[in-house]
Amino acid sequence: MARINLQQLRHSYCSTPQGKVDYALKEINSVWEDGGSYALLGPSGCGKTTLLNIISGLLTPSEGKILFDDIDVTNMPTSDRNIAQVFQFPVVYDTMTVFDNLAFPLRNRGFKEAEIIPRVHEIAQMLELEDSLQQRAARLTADGKQKISLGRGLVRKDVSAIMFDEPLTVIDPHLKWKLRSKLKELHQRLGITMIYVTHDQTEALTFAEQVVVMHDGLVVQMGTPVELFERPKHTFVGNFIGSPGMNILPAENNNGEIGFEGCPIKTSANTDINTLQGKLEIGIRPEFIRFAAEGNSNGDASAIPVEIIRVNDLGKFRIVEVKHEHHLIKLILPEQESLPSISPHIIFDPDKTMLYADSWVVD
Amino acid sequence: MINKTTNQKAWLFVIPVIVLVAFNALIPLMTVVNYSVQDTFGNNLFFWEGTKWFEEVLSSPRFHQSFMRQMAFTGTILLIEIPLGIAVALAMPRKGPWVSVCLILMALPLLIPWNVVGAMWNIFALPDIGLLGYSLNAIGIDYNFTQGPIAAWITTVMMDVWHWTSLVVLLAYAGLVSIPDAYYQAAKIDGASNWAVFWRIQLPKMKRVLTIAILLRFMDSFNIYTEPFVLTGGGPGNTTTFLSIDLVKIALGQFDLGHAGAMSLIYFFIVLLVSWVFYTLMMRNET
Repeated sequence: MARINLQQLRHSYCSTPQGKVDYALKEINSVWEDGGSYALLGPSGCGKTTLLNIISGLLTPSEGKILFDDIDVTNMPTSDRNIAQVFQFPVVYDTMTVFDNLAFPLRNRGFKEAEIIPRVHEIAQMLELEDSLQQRAARLTADGKQKISLGRGLVRKDVSAIMFDEPLTVIDPHLKWKLRSKLKELHQRLGITMIYVTHDQTEALTFAEQVVVMHDGLVVQMGTPVELFERPKHTFVGNFIGSPGMNILPAENNNGEIGFEGCPIKTSANTDINTLQGKLEIGIRPEFIRFAAEGNSNGDASAIPVEIIRVNDLGKFRIVEVKHEHHLIKLILPEQESLPSISPHIIFDPDKTMLYADSWVVD
Repeated sequence: MINKTTNQKAWLFVIPVIVLVAFNALIPLMTVVNYSVQDTFGNNLFFWEGTKWFEEVLSSPRFHQSFMRQMAFTGTILLIEIPLGIAVALAMPRKGPWVSVCLILMALPLLIPWNVVGAMWNIFALPDIGLLGYSLNAIGIDYNFTQGPIAAWITTVMMDVWHWTSLVVLLAYAGLVSIPDAYYQAAKIDGASNWAVFWRIQLPKMKRVLTIAILLRFMDSFNIYTEPFVLTGGGPGNTTTFLSIDLVKIALGQFDLGHAGAMSLIYFFIVLLVSWVFYTLMMRNET
């Protein structure tokens, strides 16, 4: 068990990195508490797996330090770190039985059979693998094999954290849900730190207490699923999380007031916008936009006139695409509400309207 | 149910293949079967002999001896080439510019025609002018493969190892590079020793290619003819006369067609049987 502390981690796969582009990890500072469940979320190539491999010790970072509690483990080999990892494709030792697979990490560390046997049975019971203990591991299905990989991590009592590298990739859809619940249950029961890498937001948001969103070698936001949804710190988070993602629209500074193509917009930002540098954008989730009541729109200065382009009926709600000037905006319309018939206007919820300067949120 | 229409026209298209295979395989093989059950005194006159030639071959001490020599040779080269091939494959780099250099070096011996290999080793090993033979004698080892049976054996085995270990290396290497990195990473996390990595990951993952390697080396070495024929001609005496050399002596040297025909068929069935038994054993546990 340990608290994982990442300090100024940078990593490059080039031997002599020239500039920022050569770094797979640009700079990571993060503290992951003992016993937490974390999801590392991001698109392919954002550096998730690199970060995971650095934590497990399969890679040594070019710069920076990793501390487990207060011990510097940056240069410690994997086998001494008490880290377990479950890989994307199930890794089992084909020639061994399920029992021997689970016992393998203990046998390698010189435990006595008298200690190994009860421990393996305990773990097999947790993972519901007891019936297949004497089978050859190669004969199990993909989800059974993933359970063995997980079991090889759980079987060691001293394990500090278990890391999952997109572990459900090869699992049948109806078993994915089952296996994920199993993971959650084990996390609650054993209190082991779990770090879960995925590019699937549903997996990340349902599994983890804390979601770490990565983009282009940087951690752009770390927070609970609700925080990520309501206050994305970076336009990337807004876009990546949620379906459909956040609307990101260009903003202008009209004498200290925020405007969008001439319409004044109220945002949640309290900063004096004249002090802001860089490109200004507003971000608003489709969930927080509504149509202005018909006939009333002229009275409300913040209502934006739009043209309805397309309506997608998804049953419980409709996704309406509207256009203002040449900007497409998506909004979610609950089932019971009807579309306005003449001169539609939309209104942004001011508390949920974010202001971004150079893609980073303005408070 | 899908109703399939019957169309016998397809047979027409198979005829060229049947004719070709019959011409170059079935008919020659049947000729051998023909010889094996008949006797001839020339003038195209044949007499039915039944299983006489088979009984004669199976009870002949000469066949027993060349069969035992053949088994000893094949066993020896397999025992050397398979572990050596695996060891070389393990030592080869998996990434970087040296990969292609190593692969080309490994492939070179396989590209040399068999009789050239025989001739090369003959000259290389000659005690008076060959580099190997001369050097060995110069440091005081009495070596002459044209006269000493042991020297002849060692030279023949070395030649085969030199020529064919590469094949095992290339197959084993192909098996090794196809193992995903995750297996090595998992082994590190599980605290596995290098030996455990070899025994639990690398060897099991190489099993299929090694099965092919052993089968190929078994069949090829069991049928070996050209290289020992050029190197030693089966000598000194009969000490390196393997089955196929003996067969050619009987068939073309003595023109004993019935005996040679029966021997060919027995030879063929031995190769087939051993290969089948071996393959079945190796694949027993595969799903």
